Amino acid sequence: MPVLKGKELRIVGFLCNWCSYGGADTAGVGRFAQPTDLRIIRVPCSGRIDPLFVVKALLNGADGVLVSGCHPRDCHYAQGNFYARRRLEVLKRFLPVLGIDPARFEYTWVSASEGQRWQKVVTSFTGRIHTLGRAPRHADADLSLARAAAARSHPAADRPRLPGKAQNGAGIEALKERIKAELPGLDCVIGWQQGFDAIHHTPLFMRSPEDVDRLVWGPLNAHNPATYLAAMRERKVGLVVKGCDSRSVVELLQEKLVSRDRVTLFGMPCSGVADLSKVHRALRSSGADPDRVDAVAVEGETLTVTVNGTSHPMAMADVAAEKCLHCRFPNALEADCFVGDPLVPAAIAESPPADLAALDAMSLQERMAFWRSQMERCIRCHACRNACPLCVCKDHCVAQSRDPHWISQEDTVTEKLFFQVVHAVHLAGRCTECGECARACPMDIPLVALKSHMNRAILDLFEYRAGTDPQAVPPLLTFQVEEKRINEGD
Amino acid sequence: MAQEKFLPIQNLQEWLGALSREHRVLVPVEEGGGVVFRPFEAGSRPVLSMDATTSPKSAVFPSSHDLFRFEQTKDPKDPERVSLTLAPDIPRTPTVVFGGRPCGARGVMIFDRVYLGGRFPDPYYQAARENTLFVTLACESPGNTCFCHWVGGGPDDPSGSDVLMTAVEGGYVLQSVSERGTALLDGDGPLLSSDETTTKEAAAARARARASLGPATDLGPAQESLLALFDDRKFWEEVSEKCINCGACTYLCPTCYCFTITDEACGLSGKRVRSWDTCMSFQFTLEASGHNPRPGKANRLKNRVGHKFSYYPARYGGLLACCGCGRCIRKCPASVDIREIVIGAIERAGDNVREASNG
Repeated sequence: MPVLKGKELRIVGFLCNWCSYGGADTAGVGRFAQPTDLRIIRVPCSGRIDPLFVVKALLNGADGVLVSGCHPRDCHYAQGNFYARRRLEVLKRFLPVLGIDPARFEYTWVSASEGQRWQKVVTSFTGRIHTLGRAPRHADADLSLARAAAARSHPAADRPRLPGKAQNGAGIEALKERIKAELPGLDCVIGWQQGFDAIHHTPLFMRSPEDVDRLVWGPLNAHNPATYLAAMRERKVGLVVKGCDSRSVVELLQEKLVSRDRVTLFGMPCSGVADLSKVHRALRSSGADPDRVDAVAVEGETLTVTVNGTSHPMAMADVAAEKCLHCRFPNALEADCFVGDPLVPAAIAESPPADLAALDAMSLQERMAFWRSQMERCIRCHACRNACPLCVCKDHCVAQSRDPHWISQEDTVTEKLFFQVVHAVHLAGRCTECGECARACPMDIPLVALKSHMNRAILDLFEYRAGTDPQAVPPLLTFQVEEKRINEGD
Repeated sequence: MAQEKFLPIQNLQEWLGALSREHRVLVPVEEGGGVVFRPFEAGSRPVLSMDATTSPKSAVFPSSHDLFRFEQTKDPKDPERVSLTLAPDIPRTPTVVFGGRPCGARGVMIFDRVYLGGRFPDPYYQAARENTLFVTLACESPGNTCFCHWVGGGPDDPSGSDVLMTAVEGGYVLQSVSERGTALLDGDGPLLSSDETTTKEAAAARARARASLGPATDLGPAQESLLALFDDRKFWEEVSEKCINCGACTYLCPTCYCFTITDEACGLSGKRVRSWDTCMSFQFTLEASGHNPRPGKANRLKNRVGHKFSYYPARYGGLLACCGCGRCIRKCPASVDIREIVIGAIERAGDNVREASNG
């Protein structure tokens, strides 16, 4: 039996073929003593390292992950490590929201001649992981911690507000006229109509003037019509958009997933949409069944929901979608036809969205328990993915791939959480926080918090907000030789 | 012999506690924004005021289940020789699913015909089913998405339930439906009492609930209509336009019984997993050649609706594979309404027939 059995930890190293793997070799040839915990996986370039390799290792039992490539400006393929640097830095900042200690992951640069440096890197990283000990697992997290964290009240920071005054669909008739005028040149125009009951609106695909007459505007237009856009990119379509929806369109334009001349955008100022989960919670707290809504009325800043003849007035600010309370863009950023006076956004609350604020207030252990408790409820319907306007792979998602086998069919917390990480990582620098993932979730899992956290890192690192400028290049598709906000290390 | 017993509301916790000594008792509890079935533990607060978000089917048909574990062992003397051991895992935990609605339990009847009806019953399902009892609560009035009475059920439909509860003043009347249900009620004498007044009250409450339903739409013609529209691409494209092709409807559905089987192996050992599948997914019908007979969402939604209202009834004596619980409507991210599609199909097929006879 090896002497170190039981004492060794599982540390995975991803090393680029040209520099760091050579560096490790040099260390071996030079007979520099090193700890033996590290299992090295050789990759062609640090640019080949998908951040998901790291997360998969960490979620599935690795105690630490070390990535090492050529020094910046020294890449064998000229630019691979510049891209890698951005991705890995973003990943490092993302890990804590999952409850994973970011100290369990490190990325560094070691050249083929730096045998001694390699020895130093491995020794210090392994030492750090030994100090941290065995990595805790989500599946074993103590659920009572999640309950305790949920019970903690959060001091209300600067109270967020909705942009402008509720519009009540003033101008809807003018909008309908404009759509009818454009309709002959378009395959269809996507908007909203009344759904199966008073509290549900549903996407409307308008092809005839009679269809246009069914168009509605108001706080129940929660769906993002841009979700349908990428699949219809061969056709000429019109879209009625809120400010947030227009950001998804802008992002799709940025990524050349749709072309501008095929999309006609109709906009109206939006003063916020209702989050039906919040409405449901409010109804249930007063003993009313959300499936028995008879009528809904919007007056000023109040949404009145009638259930079994009893009215339940709710302040829009209390039941509005979280994104609306932090809205910077109440008007469409791109529009071929904008009806109404643009709204001025309210003073923007600098506090993070409520779900993210709750996570911020938790310890790493609590976050791990939190995600365990949330993921136990997940039914893997993939509504989060399919509702996402930027998840354009749809039928060919990595989640369903058997080779490579990213995700198994086992219904475990780890597999389900890993899928959410795949979603968040694939949306890094692209997500506009439209909130469709969380809105679509039938189990009410606050999925948008993962993306909010990612976006905060992206904003901090690259001063970038997705979907605001059709000409901008998403931050993970480009790099700077000198990164202002990324510390290159020693 | 059917039994009717009264369970005072203050005895509910204790009764569930007593049941949980010998059973895994799944009760609907609030978790996050949803209501899900979880094992009862002291302090559990069952939510009985509304139907659960998830369906009770996972008690007999879990979202993923290890059919068996396998392990290959190499002969150390001759590594070419590999022996294989298989360890099947048949679920036999005695289970009580408490507090679902009659529609959810009715859903399990749809499963029974498929998994127990033929020459080769499914041993995993059979074991789970034989060890599971459903104690359901009759509904008082229908919700906006409810349509149980269109599909042959009702707010107090006992089929599929072992014990049917009815809420009355101060507690619940428990009525045994099956023999196993009777045995369950026989067990805990002191907590339950026999009381004729409450029995009458319960019968009146159930009658009120039945009366509160609106007129039922006749879905009889659906079986033929959906077949007639099988090749009507335009119809299916229209009705599926807003569908986003997620699996929320199928995974929440108490009657959707499709599964996939995969081997999840690591090195020389692993397991064969059976997990829920959804006809809304591209992979559901993807063939090894790469060809997919259901390439788009119109094809897939057609299958879901057709299966429930045409193909299944054609096979099982006209019984619809839908229990009318409304989960697929309630929880659909795009509010796709299956009622609207079926009614639309009946009308469209009728129009086509009229046009054909006129033209």
